[in-house]
Amino acid sequence: MSNSMIIGQYIPGDSFVHRLDPRSKIAIIFFFVIIVFFANSVMSYGLLALFAIGSAATSRIPLTYIMKGLKPVWFLVIFTFLLHLIVTKQGEVLVSILGWEIYEEGLIQGAAISLRFFLLIMVTSLLTFTTTPIEITDAIEELLGPLKKVNFPVHELALMMSISLRFIPTLMQETEKISKAQASRGVDFRTGSFKDRVKAVIPLLVPLFVSAFKRAEELAMAMEARGYQGGEGRTKLRELHLGKSDVYLYIMFILLVIGLFLTRS
Amino acid sequence: MDISFDKVSYTYQPNTPFEHRALDEVSFKINSGAYVAVIGHTGSGKSTLIQHLNGLLQPTSGEVKVGEYHLKANEKNKQLRNLREQVGVVFQYPEHQLFEETVAKDIAFGPQNFGVPQEEIHRRTREAVKATQIHEDLLERSPFDLSGGQMRRVAISGVLAMDPRVLVLDEPTAGLDPNGQKEIMQMFHRLHKDKQLTTILVTHSMEDALAYADHIVILNQGEVYMEGAPLEIFKQQQALEDVQLDVPEVIQFVTKVREQLGVELEYTGQSIAELAKELTRIVKGDRVYE
Ligand SMILES: Nc1ncnc2c1ncn2[C@@H]1O[C@H](COP(=O)(O)OP(=O)(O)OP(=O)(O)O)[C@@H](O)[C@H]1O
Ligand SMILES: [Mg+2]
Repeated sequence: MSNSMIIGQYIPGDSFVHRLDPRSKIAIIFFFVIIVFFANSVMSYGLLALFAIGSAATSRIPLTYIMKGLKPVWFLVIFTFLLHLIVTKQGEVLVSILGWEIYEEGLIQGAAISLRFFLLIMVTSLLTFTTTPIEITDAIEELLGPLKKVNFPVHELALMMSISLRFIPTLMQETEKISKAQASRGVDFRTGSFKDRVKAVIPLLVPLFVSAFKRAEELAMAMEARGYQGGEGRTKLRELHLGKSDVYLYIMFILLVIGLFLTRS
Repeated sequence: MDISFDKVSYTYQPNTPFEHRALDEVSFKINSGAYVAVIGHTGSGKSTLIQHLNGLLQPTSGEVKVGEYHLKANEKNKQLRNLREQVGVVFQYPEHQLFEETVAKDIAFGPQNFGVPQEEIHRRTREAVKATQIHEDLLERSPFDLSGGQMRRVAISGVLAMDPRVLVLDEPTAGLDPNGQKEIMQMFHRLHKDKQLTTILVTHSMEDALAYADHIVILNQGEVYMEGAPLEIFKQQQALEDVQLDVPEVIQFVTKVREQLGVELEYTGQSIAELAKELTRIVKGDRVYE
């Protein structure tokens, strides 16, 4: 438990990618997600991969670390690949293993879909690796800003997000602390029957809930004491600014889009 | 139980950008029945160290021995359960571990997990609440209705009811009122003597270290910085200040008197009354009659 980490936990740094305006990063990822589905040739996939790998390289986050962070989703990627390989029955038969035939189309589709999947996860995790949760919420609040016109509670939503994000690490620490305390009192979280293990969770969950509620109450009180009253007329401590690097990013991305449509078959 | 650390290192989140070496080749020995204080600046690795004593953490390298139990890097110890029954740990802010419906049930939780028979649990519960001075009326109350100080005492009782041979205390009195702090510390000292426990106390209070421990281990940035008998350790004021640690006030006082009056006065564990008597004798000569 002590060595656990969250997928895509922020890693402080000062790279090109770190310095980008979070709004740009989110917008670009949004469009990247869309254009990934337009790729249909080896070259076009190559371009997308180049963009993703190039971004990873400029973020100066060790590739081994990115891969390690993706560990939990490797399973999904491989599963998708196998599913397509087995289910698709088009094109020529490539090989036949134990009477089960593998078709050419299956291989191609499996590879394409799992590559798409992989690219998407890679760029989104790059976002969280290089952007603090606070920056992400600020950016989302700004990007959703126009929705305020239709009375959508953008500020409240952003506040909820930033509070939850703020307390995830705290909650993880607390979980670790309490499970250690209960383990010292003889609770065994690892072995035993299913029923035993469910029972072992109660001494962990009760204190967690108690402290989470207590925290929420304290936070609400502290906010009220300091005169918090919602989004109207509130100014920001950290203003977001578009800079030169953002312009470079947009140029790169436009080039990518053009390249993609040229290499589509 | 004899305890020894042999070149124990521990690294949090290895092979990530957050890698942090919290213990660095820590070696020391604790004899059975000793009362050892572990002190050090915040973040020096005290809590990390004590979590090795009941196998909550496994060394990244090196070996920990607690009695007959051995904990090595990359080697699963199959007797963790037995080890945890013998080593009771009171964590920082232990009241966070309370969860049962009633105080009595919470105290019984530990021994129950270790399969202690019902009557024995009953006996131990009564003994524990007596030691921690919890009123018997509270036993059927919900632990969440108690005051912070009472909750702390309940949590401590829960560990005592396990009847451990080794008692590990991680700042057990942090955040209590001064009287409560003294009561709890004296209670642990009494138990230590009566039951011949081996006690390991993590503390920021030099006064407590001086008053109760017979051996002190000082950690600094994950390494053993100094080790020895309290009186010897606290003679080295400069070395302590180098790692942001103080000398107990009594000793500071004695040192100041010695320097300013230029007299022979040495702290050897005297009580305040004894010190006063000695000082009077120095100041007024031997003309004093009590
Ligand atoms: N779960 C963890 N993950 C990563 N690093 C940790 C973890 N727990 C502790 N550390 C780091 O290890 C170092 C030692 O921590 P430890 O809790 O042992 O200090 P401590 O001496 O008990 O401090 P304090 O007096 O404040 O309780 C600290 O620098 C801390 O940041
Ligand atoms: Mg600590």
